[in-house]
Amino acid sequence: MEPTAYVGVQEIKPLQQLLEKVAEHKGCGTSSGTSGGSGKSSCGSSAGPADMSPEVWEKVKNHPCYSEEAHHHYARMHVAVAPACNIQCNYCNRKYDCANESRPGVVSEKLTPEQASKKVLAVASAIPQMTVLGIAGPGDPLANPEKTFKTFELISKTAPDIKLCLSTNGLTLPDHVETIKSFNVDHVTITINMVDPEVGQHIYPWIYYQNKRWKGIDAARILSERQLLGLEMLTAAGILCKVNSVMIPGINDQHLVEVNRAVKSRGAFLHNIMPLISAPEHGTVFGLNGQRGPSAQELKALQDACEGEMNMMRHCRQCRADAVGLLGEDRSAEFTTEKIDAMEVEYDAATRQAYQELVEEQRQAKVAAKQAELAGLAGADSDIKLLIAVATKGEGKVNEHFGHASEFQVYELSTTGAKFVGHRRVDLYCQGGYGEEDTLPTVIRAINDCHAVFVAKIGGCPRDELKAAGIEPVDRYAYEFIEQSAIAYFRDYLAKVASGEIVHQDRGDADIRQGAYIAAA
Amino acid sequence: MAYKIVSSQCTGCSACEPECPNVAIREKNGTFVIDPAKCTECLGHFDEPQCVAVCPVDDTCVIDKAYPRYQAA
Repeated sequence: MEPTAYVGVQEIKPLQQLLEKVAEHKGCGTSSGTSGGSGKSSCGSSAGPADMSPEVWEKVKNHPCYSEEAHHHYARMHVAVAPACNIQCNYCNRKYDCANESRPGVVSEKLTPEQASKKVLAVASAIPQMTVLGIAGPGDPLANPEKTFKTFELISKTAPDIKLCLSTNGLTLPDHVETIKSFNVDHVTITINMVDPEVGQHIYPWIYYQNKRWKGIDAARILSERQLLGLEMLTAAGILCKVNSVMIPGINDQHLVEVNRAVKSRGAFLHNIMPLISAPEHGTVFGLNGQRGPSAQELKALQDACEGEMNMMRHCRQCRADAVGLLGEDRSAEFTTEKIDAMEVEYDAATRQAYQELVEEQRQAKVAAKQAELAGLAGADSDIKLLIAVATKGEGKVNEHFGHASEFQVYELSTTGAKFVGHRRVDLYCQGGYGEEDTLPTVIRAINDCHAVFVAKIGGCPRDELKAAGIEPVDRYAYEFIEQSAIAYFRDYLAKVASGEIVHQDRGDADIRQGAYIAAA
Repeated sequence: MAYKIVSSQCTGCSACEPECPNVAIREKNGTFVIDPAKCTECLGHFDEPQCVAVCPVDDTCVIDKAYPRYQAA
């Protein structure tokens, strides 16, 4: 609880010293922390997706939420200054708020713009790779325009190097495009779950628009018109737009292909299709009705179907509206208002810059290693595709113990290389050094469609159980780069299939973890 | 009669505060309260009471029978 122990340092060798210096400079103890700050690598120029223009890539390459590759290296934070909302979604329950959970709409405490601004400076000083500040609720930032824009104003004055972004349901977006432009906000996310009011009426029970509550198909029609108009206005103004969609099986799952087309034609540069979170204990309409979320393979199939149309985002963690740190970790507990108030904050842009340059070097090294390995795969001809799960805590390396992983990153291997296709959240298998008997089967269900799991280390018991389930535990790539290792593994795999040593078999489906995410504190 | 906010239901989201045409709503201990002396149920302003229309939690903004309408208006 002491405010001095908030800087976590990961076990990342080259960066650790610098981070320690940063911590020392800020007067913070480094303790034995964990967390995120450190691992980064990867890079800009050569790793750009082929279907993005260079200008767009330049804007998104260091944005953890937009570039899959950057999310290993750069961190973001959300500030919860926008509690009010103007629409009701059946997957949202405004009465529920739990600190042990990680999902949109959940926050521990609301902030004033002034508190938010101080928090941003404190976090940016402690986590030098924090490059992006987002406002994403817990309500709708544009239903709270004064608080949202006041926060942007304060931050742009004191920390002009931090990129600003916001996430909105789009209902009042057309009214705010000029303001968004004037604050130099370079990324906006709009949540668009339908472009057909027939579908929308099953997702939105009501909206509040022009001083009136609209219901049913009228509500959905107005919302959809306003969302698409806002999207067109933003892209016309040169502001990058990402579209989020919640995949709700039986309601909009098929329809999202049409949504994908509609948003692409209006200039959205990235589409993020996320699984519905609908556990009954969340008390949402969908949760209480027993509306199920998609399975891992259903989600992947839809993302694959849309991919021909545009870039798909696959590394979304559906973060809390007050999340802090690298994607997949949550350090918000280290930066509560009480702790921030007690901190002396000194914003040091030069140290941040130096740190980020080191991160870039690591990133370049990772890309170079992958490309060298890929050369060894050149000429291989096979239709085999398989998934592997990787235990990692950042930097793009296989650097997490199986039992310590709170999520696994999933890569699809083929003769074209290793492609990131998603992540699977799991409960921690091992807490305090011993395995929890009950959680291993849930881990296996979460990665059941994978042929192998790459880990830094794994115990004997889980190793045997994974093997029994048909998943190969692989620890020979410990602390090496993920993609490089995955390609090497795949080359060996193809050789074994060719020699008849193993017979390739498809795997089944996997579960998407629905329950609360317990932060690895 | 005026409207009142059931504090056990209120999530403190603040959606109602800027919508009230009479500036009758303010924050109190993390939730919101309506000043019955200022509430006109939005008569003359809008077709429906704005706090009720915008509140995301049903049955949170309700009629307060303790206050006769003309006293409030």
